[in-house]
Amino acid sequence: MKFEKPATTNPIDNLTVVGKPIHRIDGELKTTGRAKYAYEWHDPDIDYAYGYPLGSSIAKGRIRSMDTAAAKKSPGVISVVTALDVGKRDLGSKNTANLFGGDEVQHYHQAIAIVVAATFEQARAASALIKVDYAVGEGVFDLSTATKDAKKPKAEGGTEPDSSVGDFEGAFANAAVKLDATYTTPDQSHAMMEPFASIAAWNGDELTVWTSSQMIDWWRTDLATTLGIDKEKIHLMSPFIGGGFGGKLFLRSDAVMAAFAAKAAGRPVKVALPRPFLVNNATHRPATIQRIRIGATRDGKITAIGHESWSGDLPGGQPETAVMQTRLLYAGENRMTAMRLATLDLPEGNSMRAPGEAPGLMALEIAIDEIAVKLGMDPVEFRILNDTQVDPEKPGRNFSHRNLVGCLTLGAEKFGWNARGKPGTKREGGQFIGLGMAAAFRNNLVMPSGARVKLDARGDITVETDMTDIGTGSYTILAQTAAEMMGVPMEKVGVHLGDSRFPVSSGSGGQFGANSSTSGVYAACVKLREAVAQKLGFNSQDIEFANGEVRSDNRVVPLSQAAGPEGLVGEDTMQWGDLEKTYQQSTFGAHFVEVGVDVATGEVRLKRMLAVCAAGRILNPITARSQVIGAMTMGAGLALSEELSVDKRRGFFVNHDLAGYEVAVHADIPHQDVIFMDETDPISSPMKAKGVGELGLCGVSAAIANAVYNATGIRVRDYPVTLDKLIHELPEVA
Amino acid sequence: MIEICPFEISRRDLLVSSAATAAFASVAGNAHAQISGNEMQQSSNVSFKVNGEEHALELDNRTTLLDALREHLHLTGTKKGCDHGQCGACTVMVDGRRINSCLTLAVMHDGDEITTIEGYGRPGNLHPMQVAFVKHDGFQCGYCTPGQICSSIAVLQEIEANIPSHVTGDLTEKASVTSAEIRERMSGNICRCGAYSNIVEAITEVAGSKA
Ligand code: FES
Ligand code: FES
Repeated sequence: MKFEKPATTNPIDNLTVVGKPIHRIDGELKTTGRAKYAYEWHDPDIDYAYGYPLGSSIAKGRIRSMDTAAAKKSPGVISVVTALDVGKRDLGSKNTANLFGGDEVQHYHQAIAIVVAATFEQARAASALIKVDYAVGEGVFDLSTATKDAKKPKAEGGTEPDSSVGDFEGAFANAAVKLDATYTTPDQSHAMMEPFASIAAWNGDELTVWTSSQMIDWWRTDLATTLGIDKEKIHLMSPFIGGGFGGKLFLRSDAVMAAFAAKAAGRPVKVALPRPFLVNNATHRPATIQRIRIGATRDGKITAIGHESWSGDLPGGQPETAVMQTRLLYAGENRMTAMRLATLDLPEGNSMRAPGEAPGLMALEIAIDEIAVKLGMDPVEFRILNDTQVDPEKPGRNFSHRNLVGCLTLGAEKFGWNARGKPGTKREGGQFIGLGMAAAFRNNLVMPSGARVKLDARGDITVETDMTDIGTGSYTILAQTAAEMMGVPMEKVGVHLGDSRFPVSSGSGGQFGANSSTSGVYAACVKLREAVAQKLGFNSQDIEFANGEVRSDNRVVPLSQAAGPEGLVGEDTMQWGDLEKTYQQSTFGAHFVEVGVDVATGEVRLKRMLAVCAAGRILNPITARSQVIGAMTMGAGLALSEELSVDKRRGFFVNHDLAGYEVAVHADIPHQDVIFMDETDPISSPMKAKGVGELGLCGVSAAIANAVYNATGIRVRDYPVTLDKLIHELPEVA
Repeated sequence: MIEICPFEISRRDLLVSSAATAAFASVAGNAHAQISGNEMQQSSNVSFKVNGEEHALELDNRTTLLDALREHLHLTGTKKGCDHGQCGACTVMVDGRRINSCLTLAVMHDGDEITTIEGYGRPGNLHPMQVAFVKHDGFQCGYCTPGQICSSIAVLQEIEANIPSHVTGDLTEKASVTSAEIRERMSGNICRCGAYSNIVEAITEVAGSKA
């Protein structure tokens, strides 16, 4: 099915199941510890061996030789496979750095060996006995100095690095009120709770891999490329994933090493990347330096807006696209954006939840707060005044649906925004109190998505797709979609996910998963409905599916009977026309935050958080809300504590574990409120939904930084907002 | 430009040199006490009860309680998030107290009674805390969840037993179930999916229904 025209009325609009607050259908499995993650597949008839990886201890250079003699003699060791043994491999299409193989070292903790032993303890001990002789190369590790050699990156996927409308320089020079400020965001880590893990088992030339992947088909394709085998020979499964946040979008070294190790050992091998290894081994969100210039009239109209961003990556890598939202979020006749990419020899930079927009809004939404202060305007008012209903770079192009103003107004009212005082003036006990807010913005992407839906003789529906559930609630919303389309209750629907034997779906990423994959199930259900109608000789135009029955005119047939003993199957892939080009499709929101800042130490505590989101139809308010509060929590970490510290001499992230890289914990997070605007977006999909999983992260960190400013009068432009950046300037305490 | 790193000391070199130092020290002391690596006892027998069931295992001495549960008993409900005591995903109850099972060796638990997430409930017959987690959507990916639930149950017991925490204001008063107490006591259990707000609601509900 191809979605080419805005949706009209369809069976989803019945909303008997879709849109309802239904608890996760995988909830019992997850809360009882019965959900099986990658490393946990256990067949009593299989004698698994354990693989333990070794990472490079240099950031750049070459491996001259590796001495594995002692490791091989170590108790329990079955085999040692080194990068030199495996040799240079073809690079997966989505990877920048090599995952395993060859003598070149491109970054610290690049995988260079896997030791296989009968037990985990034996493999770990033996891995420490490998002796490596390196030829150390000279690397570049400091973004602040590498920017001088930064280049204009290639346009990727239709994303031009630069954009320009009108005369930005002239309009900015002549603006009555101006802001010109530079912001920085540090390198950040996904830090998902389940480490990368794979079990690989060969049967002749066929490979089965249980892994933890957001994108089954991308992994399968790139694993085939890296191993040099036919993709059809690989069966990849990832039915439960302990979080990804973009870190598990692209094939990782655990799967590659497990495959080589299992081959060498002649038996199935389990590999989990140790926590202190995976931070430098895998990808991260690259640091940015962002310069923002805004010019406005005295009454607060933006006349010029410019956003430049510098980031770094390995050769062949990509920029962090931090300027993208600035092309679309606010009006203004004269505009420019530019991205420059420096070469850095740190681990690979790549997508992390809301790539581009998350760090981009961390900067932009402070800048907006700053110019509002200069204008003496309320920042909510300023944003409303500069709203746009068209793509400001291409004014002929409308947003499919845009209610940013509604989010701002409702949020301000519900949060009690008018209680906000002047910076540094409100005090409660030992804390300065401040309110801050920011706009949320994230594009709505769609991806082709396939599914197979089966109806059996009991009237049960089974959904099969290689879609993944990374905590997003895919199991539940796909069941809701099938239940709605086929007119059956939730209990009659089973969902099977994350298996390469099933139709290729959108996968989970870029907040495209929910809308795209439910649309794929919608398309498959349309096919199944047609099959039912055809079998019964019904005219499929006036057919109705409800209460486990199908009816047309006066005829009513139970679905179980329609299925017959053989059952019926519908399979299809949702494809997308050019509605996403004709219209700008985005999601919107507003974040409001109250903080308390310790008057003596500058310690920041969050007191209240509210997000108001406009993201089309909300398919399940429980799982959607969880996505948003989870993103707000991540945004709190990014605002206040998360920073990968770079060792600029040896070229690695120093705090490469969960003790050193500080994500938010229970004590950091207050009660969180989320309000969804009641809306649909028929231009987005037949579901009329949009993505919401990343929207909640966009802007929230800036709202916190702005609240700290309101509490203390201190403007911190370098994330994270830690107390050392506040303590010297805290207001005098009477 | 490629050059040899003058500072490179491999792990192997370090092992060799520290072994030499150890040998020298032991000759100076009691030579009979020296045991060569090959003769050293690598494994031990250990028996403990898990979820009411007796288990006798022969384990590598280095095996953590976490790996004994996951890799030897195939009770994979207890999760490994970090293996270094930094995340709480491996939380289980040992003799009625919660611990990070990655931070303790299995051989230290001979005769102990261990309860894992599998011991609290099963699909169709959930523990009230598991019910509350489902109801309040106190999880997303589910990987931290068994640890969160074991900790939640323990936190309510600890408050009940009047064990104070960092945020307990008055040590002479009875400890009470407040959001601040719950958040403080749960802070060893990281949830990167960010379900904290919902988890606190789940725990509060279970605490309330007990009161
Ligand atoms: S696995 Fe034990 S605390 Fe993280
Ligand atoms: S539910 Fe994913 S880490 Fe907590």
